[in-house]
Amino acid sequence: MKEQHDVEQFLYRQSELLDTKQWKKWIDLFTPDGIYWMPPNASYKTWEGQPAIFAEDRNLMTVRMLRVLHPDAWSQRPLWETNHVVSNVSIKKEKKNGDVEVTSRFHMMELRRDDVRHFAGSYFHKLKKTKKSYAIQLQRVDMANVQAAYDYVLQVWV
Amino acid sequence: MLRERNADFSGMVEPDRVRKEVYTDRQIFELEMERIHETVWIYCGHESQVPKAGDYVTVQIGRQPMIMVRGANGKVNVLYNRCPHRGNMLCGDRNGNTGDFFRCSYHAWTFHHDGKLKNIPMKAAYEGTRYGKDNPDCNVKHAARVQNYRGFVFASLASEGPSLKTFLGKSIVAFDDMCDRAPAGEVEVVPNCFRVIQHSNWKLFLENQLDALHPSVVHQSTGRAAHEVEKILAKKASGGAAPLSYHMLSAFATVTIDKWDDFQTINYPYGHCILTGYMGLRPQDPDTLAYDKVMIKAYGRKRFEKIVGVNIHHVLVYPGLSVQSPLQQLRAVRPLGVDRTLTEIWHFRLKGAPEAIYRRSLAYYNLVNSPATLINADDLENFWKCHQGLASDGGDWVSLGRHHGRDIEKNGEVSSGPKMGTSEAPMRNQMKAWAKYMQP
Repeated sequence: MKEQHDVEQFLYRQSELLDTKQWKKWIDLFTPDGIYWMPPNASYKTWEGQPAIFAEDRNLMTVRMLRVLHPDAWSQRPLWETNHVVSNVSIKKEKKNGDVEVTSRFHMMELRRDDVRHFAGSYFHKLKKTKKSYAIQLQRVDMANVQAAYDYVLQVWV
Repeated sequence: MLRERNADFSGMVEPDRVRKEVYTDRQIFELEMERIHETVWIYCGHESQVPKAGDYVTVQIGRQPMIMVRGANGKVNVLYNRCPHRGNMLCGDRNGNTGDFFRCSYHAWTFHHDGKLKNIPMKAAYEGTRYGKDNPDCNVKHAARVQNYRGFVFASLASEGPSLKTFLGKSIVAFDDMCDRAPAGEVEVVPNCFRVIQHSNWKLFLENQLDALHPSVVHQSTGRAAHEVEKILAKKASGGAAPLSYHMLSAFATVTIDKWDDFQTINYPYGHCILTGYMGLRPQDPDTLAYDKVMIKAYGRKRFEKIVGVNIHHVLVYPGLSVQSPLQQLRAVRPLGVDRTLTEIWHFRLKGAPEAIYRRSLAYYNLVNSPATLINADDLENFWKCHQGLASDGGDWVSLGRHHGRDIEKNGEVSSGPKMGTSEAPMRNQMKAWAKYMQP
């Protein structure tokens, strides 16, 4: 039960850092070789060598962060908020050293200018056990929205 | 003022400026669809999207929903997505395989891949009527003309008009450059389409593609961010260079405005245009050298030098195709309404080229052209703002005057002047073509 609780707290913290725009702290949740991946559809098995909506290591995450923080990131000038709810957290695999594989569901509401958009889907996390908590080796995001055309684009991680 | 069907467009386009209604008036939009998109050659898709008999993709040509389908005889047909019975669309999906024939989901009329009627169920009910195989109106209507150039399939909904090759003219280099860069001389689509909607008139996208001034202003944030990380990675790297994908992004900031002026635009009849220049994607790294070897083996050194020496950044095929041949990217522009436009974004594999070369194209596709794009997001923002401003009463004209009067015209081709790569010559040329299409 403790693992379940710890994993849930970690996933909540992950989405809270996104919603409060603490990009650097969010990136620091990842292991040095950690990957954030959003495949074009659920059939994809690996992020490497294939089209991806996001497929970012920490270096590319840093580019995205610096860009969003730049005063001339025109598309992010208007009011812009997100709100995640994460649930259905289920530990699928657990190793002796404490590393886990976890699935969960999310719903994100995004406000941009006067428009509200909804994104929903599932997370798959490969988490490495650290002294105090976990670190993300892989965050896979399968959005239910991927099949539809993007009415405006995604600017930060979901 | 534009209510009458045969509106006079001659006063709307001047050599260095355009009336705002050209972008915002709904009736002009309808006429554009009729006289431009539903008349000229429009890109439907690449034949590798439909490799097997019965494979189809649905595509919009102007306001017309169409199907591109591979027949059992191998021929690629382009049909109206409409059952001749009650008008139902035959295919409701974006792609798939229809099997040996189309079967309408409403009353089960069936059709061959070329649109010919196969069967009407409960035939007896039609005895003595005009409906049956002898009546061509019972076939699915097909596009008036379909032509394939090196795997790229185009259709024209008008039976008269220039051939595809005549229409493309020198912009055909978009497809030659892409295919020639493959050791096998052809490309294959990567089966993924990123679809992004912009809230603006379709022409704003086309104009932006060859606007060499905008990157330094619009994409500064991403260029700078990428350059910061690129510098750190270069320091750490054993060879002293960061991965090429960082350069693709940082170039938006490191290529300064005066350098953009070193490039050139060459503008052609029908509204097509080429932006020359190159982001320096022919470095001497091991991947490129390995690719060069395969290419030299396939083509011989002389032809190889000619192929990789083609100096293109971007080709615009009016009125709806933007091709970055050196990176095998293709964007098809589908107008959905006067203020709403869909872009369908594809990339291709060079057949016979090493995997590392594909990865280069892929990196650009993911970083620049995906729905999480670090680049196009700021373009979309400007397109929206632009359309909003144009729809206002704050002014009547759009200025296309940058370096006007300094274009060099020769044999129907218009080039931007020397050291004038940021000239608005492409927009002037597009609008000149537009006026001609609209006032035939």
